[in-house]
Amino acid sequence: MNQLAEEIRVGTLTLDGEPVDFREGETIYEVSERCRREVPTLCYDPRLEAFGACRLCVVEVEGIRNPVASCTTKATEGMVVRTRTKTLEKHRKTLLELVASENRDTKVDELSGYASQEMNDLLVRYDARTGRFGGKRSGTSNSKDKNPFILRDYDNCISCYRCVRVCAEQEGDHAINIMNRGFDTQIITEFNNDLRDSSCTFCGQCVQTCPTGALTDKKAIRAKDTPGEIKKTRSVCTYCGVGCSVDILTKGDRVVGIHPAMDGPANEGALCIKGQFAFDFVHHPDRLSKPLIKQEDGTFKEAEWDEALQKAADGFLKVREKYGNHAVYGVASGRAPHEAAYTMQKFIRAGFGTNYIDNCSRA
Amino acid sequence: MSNPLRDMEHPDLIFCIGTNMTECHPVAATRLKKAIANGAKMIVADPREIQLAKMADLHLPIRVGSDVALLLAMAHVIAREGLIDQDFIDARTSGVGEFLEHLKEFTPEWASEICEVPAADLEKAGILYGQGTPSAIYYTLGITEHISGVDNVQSLCNLALMTGNLGLEGGGINPMRGQNNIQGAGDCGAVPANFPGFQPCDDPASARKFSKAYGIEIEAQKGITKVTALNQAASAEGGIHAMIIDGENTVISDPDMKHCEHALKSLDHLVVIDLFLTETAQLADVVFPATAFAETDGVQTNTERRVQRLRAAVPPPGEAKPDWWIISQIAQRIGTPGFEFESAKDVFNELCSLSPIYAGLDWDRIENSEYSWPVPDKDHPGTPRLHEKEFKNGRGLFKVIGYRDPAEVIDDEFPVWLTTGRRLESYHTRTQTGRSAGIDYLLSEESLEIHPADAEAWDMADGEIIRMSSRRGEIQIKIRTTDRSPQGTVFTSFSFASVPVNILTGSGYDPVTETAELKVCAVKLEKF
Repeated sequence: MNQLAEEIRVGTLTLDGEPVDFREGETIYEVSERCRREVPTLCYDPRLEAFGACRLCVVEVEGIRNPVASCTTKATEGMVVRTRTKTLEKHRKTLLELVASENRDTKVDELSGYASQEMNDLLVRYDARTGRFGGKRSGTSNSKDKNPFILRDYDNCISCYRCVRVCAEQEGDHAINIMNRGFDTQIITEFNNDLRDSSCTFCGQCVQTCPTGALTDKKAIRAKDTPGEIKKTRSVCTYCGVGCSVDILTKGDRVVGIHPAMDGPANEGALCIKGQFAFDFVHHPDRLSKPLIKQEDGTFKEAEWDEALQKAADGFLKVREKYGNHAVYGVASGRAPHEAAYTMQKFIRAGFGTNYIDNCSRA
Repeated sequence: MSNPLRDMEHPDLIFCIGTNMTECHPVAATRLKKAIANGAKMIVADPREIQLAKMADLHLPIRVGSDVALLLAMAHVIAREGLIDQDFIDARTSGVGEFLEHLKEFTPEWASEICEVPAADLEKAGILYGQGTPSAIYYTLGITEHISGVDNVQSLCNLALMTGNLGLEGGGINPMRGQNNIQGAGDCGAVPANFPGFQPCDDPASARKFSKAYGIEIEAQKGITKVTALNQAASAEGGIHAMIIDGENTVISDPDMKHCEHALKSLDHLVVIDLFLTETAQLADVVFPATAFAETDGVQTNTERRVQRLRAAVPPPGEAKPDWWIISQIAQRIGTPGFEFESAKDVFNELCSLSPIYAGLDWDRIENSEYSWPVPDKDHPGTPRLHEKEFKNGRGLFKVIGYRDPAEVIDDEFPVWLTTGRRLESYHTRTQTGRSAGIDYLLSEESLEIHPADAEAWDMADGEIIRMSSRRGEIQIKIRTTDRSPQGTVFTSFSFASVPVNILTGSGYDPVTETAELKVCAVKLEKF
């Protein structure tokens, strides 16, 4: 971790007493992260331009009188950096207590969003009190926005602007922005309308980067009271050819939400409205759960697998006998996985000796 | 795609044609937005003023189906202005002489008449693309769903070849694949012209290879496409009498709905495997319940040829089973050997053993989604970017292509162009998105986008329900006035079964691929 290959190393600094190499353009925070220093942050998201607002990531640099924000300070040759001194830790605790003093509920359900635990985890880590600086509060909950995906509870907003920045820098939609300053700061859409009437595409990135649960995934939070641990399963979204990596959130046998995979090679943390929010079809009551056989009156009856499979096979055998191998055709799915398409083409080629097989790419 | 998705952040010039990327591939579009924020320029050719067009430096609102004329004029300008890459052409292509000679007559002024775009804009497009270092092309079904689909694609190839924009970071020719595993279905050989791994069916050696592997004589000739199969099924002489359809709502998604429905109803035997009792499944003799996303272990290939793992997180409803299991069971019951698969892993590993582009892969090696095919052996790192040093078939061939009108052009009886597509909130025929809570809040019904001036001229009001007909049928649809549509052209999606627009489409098919011209159809609009 501390040493880099010669071709990417541009210099060496001293980090908590150890010599550490750094790359071109690397910040002190990035060097510290690489060396697992666990410098706390609230306004930081590795995908976004460093913002330097929360001041939790401050470090001491020899020769500089006041602590500096490590996320916005570039590493330079010979720099001597301390990331965890008594003074720094006390300073961070006080900052956290200032931030938390406004927040009514620092404990939010994990289903709120990918980063929703960041604030509370830091409060626990620093044993920070929430009531130390009582008094005036900022942020107003926008409960009037009836959109079914994103809860906008700005009572929990700490003005880190990760939502505004991810919308602009990552998604490129610029749907939300900042109005007013200080205690009057609000996160709003153009003309302060509902998200539906803005350029918001409901991609969910703002929800997933929010460190306090001020923005909450309304669909996932439906399962807040469902018993059971949240389990994550890495998979790939099936809504288009981009192939975004996702973590499927489950409780027991139910899919309760979707998280974008921050390390997904195709999406690097991004999703769209379909991938993020359109998962209810999985447990929809319309799902087929038994084979169906059409009866003479044209209606379907539920059947056992053996009977249905035999009926399916008999139909192909009968057609082959009457009309030959070129009377049977297979259409594979462009949505089912490889194993479906592979067996379908083999079904036709190995079963009938023809190449009478296609998929849905022509329409 | 010739290039990886990450390259989309690095073009100097982006040329999007026939792709509504912010709605159909939103996450890929975020990369283009970053490239633009970093100074890239963008040309967008699309009849409609889609979101991409609003972000573009140059929007070419070409008449539907006039792509070849546009691309010929751009090539003409590039040649005339000396923007060709002679070193690339000399080293890696053939046929340039005839191609450059052919281009001479296709001036921007000539194309302007066909495309209904000012010649000066066509001129500018040629210069912008020719000057980009590099320039990247992105396209989707707006290029392929035409009777000239192959011509359109080859015209794009000509542009990239003459300017040397292949094999470069941030360049290339990049079709954005639509359905999540449409690339994979082709990789797996579920096409009439190729065995798995794009080994041609009409190549005797490949036919022998698969005959041996499958233990049956497989004919060394191409099969027929689904389009031809449906035509045969519908015809009086017959031909196709039994079909098995997996996970496709053919009735709603295919062109010429009445014909399609008639074809499927004419079959002696139809088996459908799906998640829901779709409009297509309702026509089947036997329907099997399949496992869905989040219930299925498997593999899919994305648009950049990256081979990725799907993983099951929850059990399926009732007795639903994976598609491969269902198909294997039917195969065994008709007496076909080689279907004793016990897991998705078994199936995938058999595919890898028979496909040269997957030869270096197996179930365990794709655990971390690291590989884009071709991966010819176990020591190969994969191929994120194609054509870096050489073309697979030797030299890049210039194709001499002429412009043809769409299969159907507007006339006195059907005076309006209809083009169809997709919307952000819907996936295909809404069997999935239509059953997910909240989507209706944003998009609860389909409508027909009409330019406000047209609506006024035709005495139609926003929200009015009208009758739209083509030579193949008619539907009722609510109109929405918007200047996203150019005058004289209307747009709708095919996603809602309640507004089955594919009753109207199906005017013609590309002669090579038999892809339907879903992007062009002549219609008339009438008030009730």
